Amino acid sequence: MSTLPEQPERTVVLEVRGLSVNYGKVEALHGLALKVHRGEIVTVIGPNGAGKTTLLSALIGLLPVRGEIVYLGERQGAGRSVEQLVRQGMTLVPEKRELFAEMSVEDNLLLGAFDRYRAGHRDHLETMDQVFDTFPRLMERRNQMAATLSGGERQMLAMGRALMAKPRLLLLDEPSLGLAPLVIKEIFRTVAQLKRLGVAILLVEQNARAALQVADYGYVLETGELSLEGPSSELSMDRRVIESYLGLGGRL
Amino acid sequence: MKRSLQSTLLLLLFIVVLLLAPVLLPEFYVTLLNYIGLYAIVALGLVMLTGVGGLTSFGQAAFVGLGAYTSAYLTTVHGVSPWLTLPAGLLVTGVVALSLGLVTLRLSGHFLPLGTIAWGMSLYYLFGNLDALGGHTGMSGIPPLQFVELELKSGREFFYLIWAVLLVLVLGTRNLLDSREGRAIRALKGGSVMAEAMGVNTPRSKIVVFTLAALYASTSGWLYAHLQRFVNPTPFSLTQGIEYLFMAVVGGVSHVWGAILGAGLITVLKQWLQDWLPRLLGQSGNFEIIVFGLLMIVVLHRARDGVWPMIQRFFPQRLICARVDGVRPLTRRPLPEAGSVLLEVKDASKRFGGLLANDRVSFGVRAGEVMALIGPNGAGKSTMFNGISGVDPLTSGSVSFRGEPIEGLPAREIARRGMSRTFQHVRLLPSMSVIENVAIGAHLRGRRGFVAAACRADRAEESRLLHEAAVQIERCGLPEQMYEAAGSLPLGKQRIVEIARALAADPCLLLLDEPAAGLRYLEKQALADLLRRLRAEGMGILLVEHDMDFVMGLADRVLVMEFGQKLAAGRPEEIQRNPAVIEAYLGGVE
Amino acid sequence: MDLQIALLLGQDGVTNGAIYALLALALVLVFAVTRVIFIPQGEFVAFGALTLASLQAGRLPGTVWLLLAMGTLIALIEGAAALRKRHFRRIPLILLLNCGAPLLLAGALVAVSSASLPLLVQVFLALLLVVPLGPMIYRLAYQPVAEASVLVLLIVSVAVHVTLIGIGLLFFGAEGSRTPSFTEVSFEVGDVLLQGQTLLVLVASVLLIIALYFFFERTIYGKALRATAMNRTGARLMGISGSLAGMLSFTLAASIGAFSGILISPITTIYYDSGFLIGLKGFVGAIIGGLASYPVAAAGAILVGLLESYSSFWASAFKEVIVFTLIIPVLLWRSLTTRHVEEE
Repeated sequence: MSTLPEQPERTVVLEVRGLSVNYGKVEALHGLALKVHRGEIVTVIGPNGAGKTTLLSALIGLLPVRGEIVYLGERQGAGRSVEQLVRQGMTLVPEKRELFAEMSVEDNLLLGAFDRYRAGHRDHLETMDQVFDTFPRLMERRNQMAATLSGGERQMLAMGRALMAKPRLLLLDEPSLGLAPLVIKEIFRTVAQLKRLGVAILLVEQNARAALQVADYGYVLETGELSLEGPSSELSMDRRVIESYLGLGGRL
Repeated sequence: MKRSLQSTLLLLLFIVVLLLAPVLLPEFYVTLLNYIGLYAIVALGLVMLTGVGGLTSFGQAAFVGLGAYTSAYLTTVHGVSPWLTLPAGLLVTGVVALSLGLVTLRLSGHFLPLGTIAWGMSLYYLFGNLDALGGHTGMSGIPPLQFVELELKSGREFFYLIWAVLLVLVLGTRNLLDSREGRAIRALKGGSVMAEAMGVNTPRSKIVVFTLAALYASTSGWLYAHLQRFVNPTPFSLTQGIEYLFMAVVGGVSHVWGAILGAGLITVLKQWLQDWLPRLLGQSGNFEIIVFGLLMIVVLHRARDGVWPMIQRFFPQRLICARVDGVRPLTRRPLPEAGSVLLEVKDASKRFGGLLANDRVSFGVRAGEVMALIGPNGAGKSTMFNGISGVDPLTSGSVSFRGEPIEGLPAREIARRGMSRTFQHVRLLPSMSVIENVAIGAHLRGRRGFVAAACRADRAEESRLLHEAAVQIERCGLPEQMYEAAGSLPLGKQRIVEIARALAADPCLLLLDEPAAGLRYLEKQALADLLRRLRAEGMGILLVEHDMDFVMGLADRVLVMEFGQKLAAGRPEEIQRNPAVIEAYLGGVE
Repeated sequence: MDLQIALLLGQDGVTNGAIYALLALALVLVFAVTRVIFIPQGEFVAFGALTLASLQAGRLPGTVWLLLAMGTLIALIEGAAALRKRHFRRIPLILLLNCGAPLLLAGALVAVSSASLPLLVQVFLALLLVVPLGPMIYRLAYQPVAEASVLVLLIVSVAVHVTLIGIGLLFFGAEGSRTPSFTEVSFEVGDVLLQGQTLLVLVASVLLIIALYFFFERTIYGKALRATAMNRTGARLMGISGSLAGMLSFTLAASIGAFSGILISPITTIYYDSGFLIGLKGFVGAIIGGLASYPVAAAGAILVGLLESYSSFWASAFKEVIVFTLIIPVLLWRSLTTRHVEEE
């Protein structure tokens, strides 16, 4: 296994050590360790059922965890909650999108800024313009109900809504899910753009090729454990990635 | 055996105490106990309805009123014998409960209680405004009950009748819950999807349990009318209906003895509060409801199971004995010849709004083969399972099973034809033991009904069902966990329990949704061995699974789905080399 | 029945129906956002009316004590939680909000003779006393079990209802109250005499419905509530916590309840337990709307008002029987038209 050499000039946004998550009595994730730096895209790839969504749910505070999570240099205590993490700039774009179906695109975006509004910031209109710059398609659809959008537009809206919170760490859960290849390409191009805004991105994907193409660094998650890691360029060459997906190991 | 002796002794002791109570206690306490008994009968119905079946009613007082008023009216106006008015009251209540149940039970859970609130109000006002029923003043001069020469005029004599009825109902209810139909009622709490897939007719179970609870209430009303020999609308108001629910919840809503405990606690507390609160507050009024309401909130926050579980620890637990010697095993259905077509799916499509989750998929499964359904998340695999098994019917396309078309049939009918399944999200009843959970799978292999269960005429069949469940649990390698609560097992083992439950139905086609998820390596091997044995016996197996090692090592044929469509099909080694499959799994960026 | 009586009954029906409609809207709102079937809604009607009556009679309304007691309890719970998490800086705010504000209000009421205040100030004070009870009840009774099933929440609701009825009896006694009309104006339209108060109820209800519409359509907090109702997880991920949405929806429901009580107290005598019946009729309306649709719920509630009014003419003894039996055909219709969905 290869590791990145320490680069002290880059600030670490998220560092996880020995992270385990239980569903009831079953351990779904076991002893995970990973790091995300500012302005970096880190991907966690792996087959269905490996625990990718569990990882993100645990990070955003939807599931209780064991182990250490250091976010923005601060160790997360037992009392952490989704609301508190959102306030501190961590935002999740969930696998199921979780849009407000009967509301307009614009209202969905506006609610993305809810917490900032509540905290006293009134810059949501400017932020919305920036989101529209990133996703011109949303601008065209601004008055449409979210429920009427196509699959790709929904993913854009989910990401746009998350950006309204001006996140420091964006957690993306399977943005390619159920989308046609051309649309996936468009979504991933935007993901790459976001990096330039200085957002740290943790991208969880089944679509290994697309993910490794945009990411700087990757981890492979297999049945609850990280089995491989390395710079994406190296990982995409690694035969073991394919094996872990298609059961070519023939161990049974 | 020793435990059951202990519980019989405790029961006998309880009966002796009851026999002595009216002789030794002063009048006041006998009256109090009479009321406790009457309330406990109603609360017992609620235990069955709410604690066991997961439904609820605030309108039980109205059913008590129906029983009481029917008897009052028929005896005073028409001179009918009180012994005939009991069945008459039960009939009236039964018809009303049945129609109310038919109207509300198809709707989601909260409409029934809301319906009972409105219904309770309307019946209360009806009692108070019908001249034939004496309006708000009520009806007096109800004749006492008579046993040949003996007239039950005093509370002491009536005590024996009330408590005898209560005891019979408690034991009958306990027996019922511990039977085939009882398990079906208990399965309702876990949602109707699982129960239906195991062949339980859930609307029927719901209506039966709701009607039974109403009949208990009606019986209590009949007793009340002849104890008081006077009725007016007040005791049948919604407030009283709410109090009945409080009794059940405080006592312990999942336990038959909790009904008696709750009725006792609330009645004594009420008596005491009614003495003290007005003095304390310097006003008269029914201020005890403040305490009751707060008590109820605290119970629901802190101890949702009520008081009985705290006491139960000191009593011996009843254990079911699964292995009785000399039990005749259940007859098995003849398996179709190996290689014959079991399942044939043609152009199956499923649409959710604008999304096509399955798009004209066709495939078949033969007897004696393992067919695996794989594909990325969201490819439509579980949707296909739900479509085939009748849980969520297909939009179009045809499914035939053993030569018969089954699309459009309810899940329980498909189960009856020999298809059984497990669920991706485990659907077990966590507080029930493993063996009872597995026995639900054998539901369709028994015939005995509610009455037989209540009077224990079902024991021969019951031991055969439990024997079958035990055999399947052992076959799946969980003999040590047989009597443990299913919810206490790790998730992987719970999946195995689901397989045992499906096998208890004696299927010829088994649908397994992610059976290996959460299993350790050795457990996966054991599961693969079990599935191989089943295949060798001639069973057809269709499975959805993400663990590719598991799938490729086990399956005879593999069907790959993507975007709801069939992407490829063939033998495992062909699939592993198929470029389209590799693209689908690893993803392609154009 | 001649036309004049029919019109009079219709006027009555629509007036009551408007109140039921307000309550039905609040019920649908609370259910959609929190899954709580808010049985105690009616108690807010009674408390609103009776608190106003107490103020007008120059008595200190009992609701002050309830406000103080619940505030103290919340301060204790929140304070203990803050101590455990070592958030010491939050303690003064917790005390100020939950104990300080009610004490201030109580002090003001003791100092001033409320009977001599202008009507609008009295109304404002009554709302100030009753409305905070809504979020406080949410905090104490519902928030600890917010994740429980609809059934458990419903039983909690019934328990809260019973408690409030008892407290109502304790504070206001068994005697009913009727407050003087807000206006003595009346109009003659054709043969029918229109009471100013009736018109006021109608106009106020319509204005309130319009205000609610604006709140939900135009403000970010209103949109946040709708968002929670549509997608709880999605809302949480935006930082709209369940407890915030719960408190907000209970505040709205309590305001609607108390306001309705104040509106109708000059028309009907309100007893400590009258609210329940009024609330239940709102319920029948809400159920007609399937606890989901606002316009259908409002229309259903008006229908209930009309049905009640006309049946009081034809069969006055069976008025309540008819209104509550209406729910059976409604449920039957719902049952036949909705596809069964499994509750997870």
